[in-house]
Amino acid sequence: MSDQQKPKNPERHSTYIQKEKKSTKPFHKTPMLDQLESGPWPSFVTGLKRLAHNNNMMVDLLGQLEHSYKTRLGYWKGGTVSVFGYGGGIIPRFSEVAAMFPESKEFHTLRVQPPPGNHYTTKMLRQLSNSWNKWGSGLIAFHGQTGNIMFIGTTSENTQHFFDEINDFGWDLGGAGPCVRTAMSCVGAARCEQSNCNEQKIHRLLVNNFIDDMHRPALPYKFKFKVSGCPNDCMNSIQRADFAVIGTWRDDIQVDQKEVKAFVAKKGRKYVIDNVVSRCPTKALSLNDDDSLAVDNRNCVRCMHCINVMTKALSPGKDKGITLLIGGKRTLKIGDTMGTVIIPFMKLETDEDYEKLRALAATVIDFWAENGLEHERCGEMIERIGLVNFLEGVGVDVDPNMITHPRTSSYVRLDEWDQEAAKWNERKQAAG
Amino acid sequence: MAEAAKMRPPIESGCPDAFQYMHPLMIKNYANWKYHDRPRPGVLHHVAHSGDEIWTVRVGTQRQLGPYELNLLCDIIDQYGEGYVRFTIRSNMEIMVSKKDKVEPLIKAFEEAGYPVGGTGPSVTMISHTQGWLHCDIPGTDASGVVKALMDDLYEEFVKEDMPNRVHITTSCCQINCGGQGDIAINVQHTKPPKINHDLVANVCERPSVVARCPVAAIRPAMVNGKPSLEVDEKKCICCGACFPPCPPMQINDPEHSKLAIWVGGKNSNARSKPMFHKLVAAGIPNNPPRWPEANAIVKKVLGAYKKDAKDWERVGDWVERIGWPRFFELTGLPFTKFHIDNWRGARNSLNASTHIRF
Ligand code: SF4
Ligand code: SF4
Repeated sequence: MSDQQKPKNPERHSTYIQKEKKSTKPFHKTPMLDQLESGPWPSFVTGLKRLAHNNNMMVDLLGQLEHSYKTRLGYWKGGTVSVFGYGGGIIPRFSEVAAMFPESKEFHTLRVQPPPGNHYTTKMLRQLSNSWNKWGSGLIAFHGQTGNIMFIGTTSENTQHFFDEINDFGWDLGGAGPCVRTAMSCVGAARCEQSNCNEQKIHRLLVNNFIDDMHRPALPYKFKFKVSGCPNDCMNSIQRADFAVIGTWRDDIQVDQKEVKAFVAKKGRKYVIDNVVSRCPTKALSLNDDDSLAVDNRNCVRCMHCINVMTKALSPGKDKGITLLIGGKRTLKIGDTMGTVIIPFMKLETDEDYEKLRALAATVIDFWAENGLEHERCGEMIERIGLVNFLEGVGVDVDPNMITHPRTSSYVRLDEWDQEAAKWNERKQAAG
Repeated sequence: MAEAAKMRPPIESGCPDAFQYMHPLMIKNYANWKYHDRPRPGVLHHVAHSGDEIWTVRVGTQRQLGPYELNLLCDIIDQYGEGYVRFTIRSNMEIMVSKKDKVEPLIKAFEEAGYPVGGTGPSVTMISHTQGWLHCDIPGTDASGVVKALMDDLYEEFVKEDMPNRVHITTSCCQINCGGQGDIAINVQHTKPPKINHDLVANVCERPSVVARCPVAAIRPAMVNGKPSLEVDEKKCICCGACFPPCPPMQINDPEHSKLAIWVGGKNSNARSKPMFHKLVAAGIPNNPPRWPEANAIVKKVLGAYKKDAKDWERVGDWVERIGWPRFFELTGLPFTKFHIDNWRGARNSLNASTHIRF
């Protein structure tokens, strides 16, 4: 650490380690982990060492982690641990090298659901930290990849005590195993002008409707809800959620031409043409001679780019709603899948609108629970049975927004073409 | 029964209401924000239709927080902020304040405590990562350590906004890739089939479900040394490790042969182009704790080329689409091999069926 980086107040700095050792077990040597204490980024190793000054469990945890660094192997195995009344929500970890590191032989994690948007008061963070310090290692990850608060490291017995304590002040476990998992949503309407939906309401409506499916794992595999307020999809929901709800709009982008002109005056025409107009994926933008902006709204695909660049001049439209995509997931087993558009647009204003979304989610989960193979994600089932069978199963009509382009192969039976074409015409007429 | 009667039944409250923890200005202006700008790296400024303004300071953390760190950070937030905080998807803390003049003292206090302010706009923000050796039961490498080593090297890129667009890096400790898609992703890639401990299989593994788990149908039930076990057709096996979680005696992790691979151009946003998967660019990288210098060097090589050659607002994936993959390999100096050519299902879509070639 250079002189100018030296902390003014070393006792209140990420590099501080207390002198007093309350843990009774001597430290293991950790020459490899020690090398992760230098450098400008806050060090998790220093954090682990601070905890190891307080409890023996973390002394041995550090020892086991160093052992992993040395041998380049992991030493945790799973098992079964749960709290009374639930079948999931805890990630049990038993050490395979407990003979060497007995104090951390049980090192379970509790997954706890954060509020949508991960909002906390400092008071609540301290309260959670105090409870965990009492019943566990003290170490908390904000947040795991699914979105849970991860309370890392405690014994089987203390999982129950800790859960009882925080459950009393409003916190519930998330999912683990083949079940509905903890959901995630972006900051959205709470602070972002690009939001097109009430992320918090959608998030809680969906996940709290399936709380039984979360706490008592009995589905083919995991099922994740994620909610993003706009197509920037800050929650990565298309790729990471079985059920991705993304805010969008169907009327015109709101343009404040005065602000457009101010932006052009400040940044220059070349910047605006190179970075806004020519970057529109559907060539829906054009800069007028008077430095105002023309938008071909019928061809705008709501990608968000121009709005991201000109935050003051452009905003999403007023006729807001959501697009729903289903079936995103990572590698296992068939390779990565993105979600597919299932509902191109739906309003979420009235109670009936929200009820429609909830009912659709329930239908999708029921259909998948019935038709999915063991360990098959919803998107993989759709890949196996085909999108059309899935749509028919959940009662959603086909829509050209669901595809990039129509089929290119003629190897298909089309004997019911006339009936299907008639259905399309009927729907078109009904829609007026 | 007597035992169970004493147990406290859970309150199935589910996901809690966020409004009880939100900054009052966020509650007041919920769904009524007008625009935002970024006065400096690490700071967002949002203005509501009501005229209210809110400033957000973004702080990088080590993600795993103990009571010392949490209380230190909360003390700063209570003293210089207003007691409200949220976390981004990439484990950054965001502290909201209602007055502009609170921003600089807040930043100073975090920096003096050793916590970097940044990660906004066109910066390299915090790496999203998994649990690794610290807590996972199947990891081929560590997570927090890889991230700490890399963020030390990329510190300047976190606190500045010097990149063409935002850079999201992810790491994953197994091929399930919990870290997700990234502009740059560092993922474990096994290179040898699992080593089976046949004595344990019968007791530990549900054999039919292990057989079903393999993506290439390389596993079949077999009797080994008179015991029911499993057998892997090593010619078929793609060393994915999918069989390891349901059957720990099929050890896939190997200190030497579990390598790292680097993938480039993943993007979750719909901005400009549709969301994209990341693509393999480098593999065979040693899993070399505690600081993984070989992997870091490649990440920095890719970042360097991107920073120099990409246009404003191009994400890594957008940039490569514009310049083409041959140029990517030229600019980064990374070798192009037969392994870059896909042979999984849908692979034909990734072949060049045109005369579109750059010279
Ligand atoms: S939102 Fe995207 S598609 Fe629509 S006009 Fe702007 S840049 Fe074009
Ligand atoms: S490592 Fe993968 S491919 Fe090989 S046997 Fe296991 S599941 Fe099959």
